[in-house]
Amino acid sequence: MGPLTALLVRDMRMAVRVGGGALIGVVFFLMVVTLVPFAVGPDLALLARIGPAVLWLGALLANLLGLDRLLTSDYEDGSLDLILMARMPVELAVAAKALAHWLTTGLPLVIAAPLLGILLNLDPKASGAVALTLLAGTPALTFIGLIGAALTVALRRGGLLLAILVLPLNTPVLIFGVAASNTAIVGPMPFGPPFAVLCALSLISMVIGPFAAALALRYGLD
Amino acid sequence: MTLIALANPSRFHALAARVLPWLAGATFVAFVVAGVAASYAPDDYQQGATVKIMFIHVPAAWLGIFAWVLMSAAALGTLVWRHPLADVAAKAAAPIGAAFTLMCLLTGSLWGRPMWGTYWVWDARLTSVLILFLMYLGVIALWRTIEDPARAARAAAVLTLVGFINIPIIKFSVDWWNTLHQGASVLRLGGSTIHVSMLIPLIAMLVAFTFLFITLHLAAMRNEILRRRLRTMMMLQADAAA
Repeated sequence: MGPLTALLVRDMRMAVRVGGGALIGVVFFLMVVTLVPFAVGPDLALLARIGPAVLWLGALLANLLGLDRLLTSDYEDGSLDLILMARMPVELAVAAKALAHWLTTGLPLVIAAPLLGILLNLDPKASGAVALTLLAGTPALTFIGLIGAALTVALRRGGLLLAILVLPLNTPVLIFGVAASNTAIVGPMPFGPPFAVLCALSLISMVIGPFAAALALRYGLD
Repeated sequence: MTLIALANPSRFHALAARVLPWLAGATFVAFVVAGVAASYAPDDYQQGATVKIMFIHVPAAWLGIFAWVLMSAAALGTLVWRHPLADVAAKAAAPIGAAFTLMCLLTGSLWGRPMWGTYWVWDARLTSVLILFLMYLGVIALWRTIEDPARAARAAAVLTLVGFINIPIIKFSVDWWNTLHQGASVLRLGGSTIHVSMLIPLIAMLVAFTFLFITLHLAAMRNEILRRRLRTMMMLQADAAA
């Protein structure tokens, strides 16, 4: 097992064990979706219309909530220093950590989305569209969040700052994620272009995220 | 005098002290000229006198973008050459850029009230400027959170460069989102070519505002250097007292 695989497996194992908190994001997602009908009323037609947007917003916030766990716990117990000093490139190491984080935080959100869609009166086709766009878009959220996590890792109360730094950068993902879901459900525009842009955003984030995060960690930690 | 020589804060301080009065004077003259030119500019046949908001709105938007470009150049200076002045330039530019972006938003909002009948519409341009403003707030928050200036500079530099790559993407997606949601319902400003009688005062205003920015930026850089010197002296004093 290579060092990157080892890091990936280690992070995933730690996320699902006690104190890892991998599934807290899904619970938070469920809560957000539960609160929406209380705010906008139980009108099923309205809920079906805004359903994709609610699911995307909930997933975005749930993802944001988990980001401070991405690097902070490793920073606190010192293992982040060991990872930075290891012989593998820091860029690849943080990419592996982000991938592990997505597999334990982002992917459960994607799987939960169709179930939560039932609460919002989404038909199976609409739920499928939202799940597909979340599958394509949540990696972008995680890898953009990686930059914010790296910038704020050494701060005592970095959580709120992390949200402020990351949310504006997430706007394109939200725009194209919701737009792609809506075109798949109601049309009239084709599904292809917004979905392709969403995939492109994820791919760009996977390139920029690890490099920027590695830069921030190299210069930011003494 | 090269950029390397300016790394010495005292030398930069002396240069700034010599240049600043001239810059302030040039700013004043430029504003007088541009103000006279703008007051003689004709009213728009549709928008009436409100079109004159443009002479503040457009330069503010230009400087809101220009300040981020300047911060990005300074960020490269911080990360690549470790130039101490680059840190100071980036830090001083952030609040000024945010202020001009806010000015752009406010004048746009005041302009929108008589033109569109509302203070705020989710027009593509307004929306992307709003997000630019939020990103400025993020950079300023980062500067204000990390205590050690050198570390804050490097973190802010990374964020600035990430923003430099992302701002065009955000602009593109907001434009796309807007065309998807609302077609030609909003009056397109600046869609048509601008008449020369308005173009000349506008260019004069752009020059005047740019001079204002350079003056404010240089003064803010000088203040930042003094502030750092003060911080070091206070820490030395505290060390001596301990």
